[in-house]
Amino acid sequence: MIGAQKKRGGWSWWYLLFVIQFAVALWPPFYNKVEPTLIGIPFFYWFQLLWVIVSAVFTAIVYFATTD
Amino acid sequence: MQDVNWIALSIFVVLFGCITWLGFAAAHWRKGDLDQLHEWGLGGRRFGTLITWFLVGGDIYTAYTFIAVPALAFGAGAVAFFAVPYTVIIYPLLFLVFRRLWHVCHKHGYITAGDFVRGRFGNRWLALAVTVTGIVATMPYIALQLVGIQVVIGALGISGTGLGADLPLLVAFVVLAAFTYSSGLRAPASIAIVKDLLIYVTALAAIIVIPIELGGFGKIFAAVPPSKLLLAVPGPNTTGAYSGYATLALGSAMALFLYPHSLTGILSASSGHAIKRNAAMLPGYTLMLGLLALFGFFVIAAGVDKLPEYAAGFKQFGSNFAVPALLLHSFPSWFVGIAFAAIGIGALVPAAIMSIAAANLYTRNIHREFINQNPTGKQEAQIAKRVSLIVKLGALVFILFVPTKYAIQLQLLGGIWIIQTLPPVMLGAYTRWFNSWALLVGWAVGTFAGTAMAVATKLTTTFPLVVGGHTFPGYTAVYTVVLNLAVAAVLTPVFNAMSSARAPADETVAADYHA
Repeated sequence: MIGAQKKRGGWSWWYLLFVIQFAVALWPPFYNKVEPTLIGIPFFYWFQLLWVIVSAVFTAIVYFATTD
Repeated sequence: MQDVNWIALSIFVVLFGCITWLGFAAAHWRKGDLDQLHEWGLGGRRFGTLITWFLVGGDIYTAYTFIAVPALAFGAGAVAFFAVPYTVIIYPLLFLVFRRLWHVCHKHGYITAGDFVRGRFGNRWLALAVTVTGIVATMPYIALQLVGIQVVIGALGISGTGLGADLPLLVAFVVLAAFTYSSGLRAPASIAIVKDLLIYVTALAAIIVIPIELGGFGKIFAAVPPSKLLLAVPGPNTTGAYSGYATLALGSAMALFLYPHSLTGILSASSGHAIKRNAAMLPGYTLMLGLLALFGFFVIAAGVDKLPEYAAGFKQFGSNFAVPALLLHSFPSWFVGIAFAAIGIGALVPAAIMSIAAANLYTRNIHREFINQNPTGKQEAQIAKRVSLIVKLGALVFILFVPTKYAIQLQLLGGIWIIQTLPPVMLGAYTRWFNSWALLVGWAVGTFAGTAMAVATKLTTTFPLVVGGHTFPGYTAVYTVVLNLAVAAVLTPVFNAMSSARAPADETVAADYHA
């Protein structure tokens, strides 16, 4: 775990998952549409709710992948 | 207004009685010496992953949120959903930045953001600026929690004028003040567990039952006017609703954990791992908030606002009455009692944490810094307990005698003010490059500009920034914190060159910021 020791408190490439999380959440043109709907819910709403789950999974991945 | 709903009221009162007992009993939970400030005001830093989840959840997803976000969806439509990206991007910040702050605060026994800034930069005036901003931004937030209680009490059918109408709120307030005084942070932590179970039950039942009653989501969204269904597509030469939506989410996220009550919740965790795990688990609340936001559309589809029995409620509380009216309309009385108790108790939890956080700030960074520099642990805890009472009393007086509108506007300004503490607190967790006096000037410029811009836009959230013929509407807090940072960055080399004296010592070292 020498590599992990060196990375301690510093940058990890896994943090790129956070960047994706930010970029998608903060880019409304990407999800500001009605179609495709899911059980009658417009894309705008179900996609952002789905993104909550995806983001939580990303955070969990970073949690298990980084050690400090 | 409708008659008193006795069944709902009885259940509401019984549940309220239960949490009152729980609030006092909490003093004995994971028992510590409540005459020490870190025991009273941080629960002895003893809360593991699960309790932290309930505590921070109860802290940031408040009763007011559960009333106001659906109300915004009902009134303004899609823009209300900014609460979802907002509460998505706060968690990477929690994971990275605030875990560092937890470690350094744990190491040095810091209880507040003011403590950290004082230790990191050695500048008591910068710490004072952070402290005063924290207290001032928190006060209207507490007042809004009491508004949440007011709305559900009104919806239970208790109305009128004078003392009779205010009595239930006074009782709730006395309960809150008493258990916070005696049990400290342990009280909201234990009550948060009950409150969240009630909220989850309510939200799940509503999200399943109401769409079935209304004939499915397709029908619900068909009832929503097209102008409210999506964000308006921006015209030429402007970024329109898109930049407004994104900056509202970003600015709110950057501000959130700077609020004293959020930091109190984080610092009471027992380990850095508890913080990291929570960054992955807290989105559970975001999901629920997103579902609750849809309630605003259920209200439109059910046409509750057009029903005569709720007309008086909407007249008195505006769109904040939307959720209570929907619950009254859709559920039997006993369930309404549970749901309203969830909202009412949901107001007590953050109100208690906020008053504790404000009291910690006053005690540590004003009283100890400027009045009595060597208090005993007991004196310190005693001062904090009294200040927590004064803070709540202030909020109560505000709500009883000042129109609700002003509390909402002050809370809006509070978001712009609190974000100005980002450079010393959040960037301070990474670097000490900035000159502390430059940070202080940046804070002052940001606060002044933010207030002026908010006043110029008649106290709305977004400011139409015009650059080279293009308009970029955006959250005032984001624009002004950028200004704040720019000022601090430009002045840092200037101030460093002007002053021959060495910068005051940094109490912390790099190793303090991680496990």
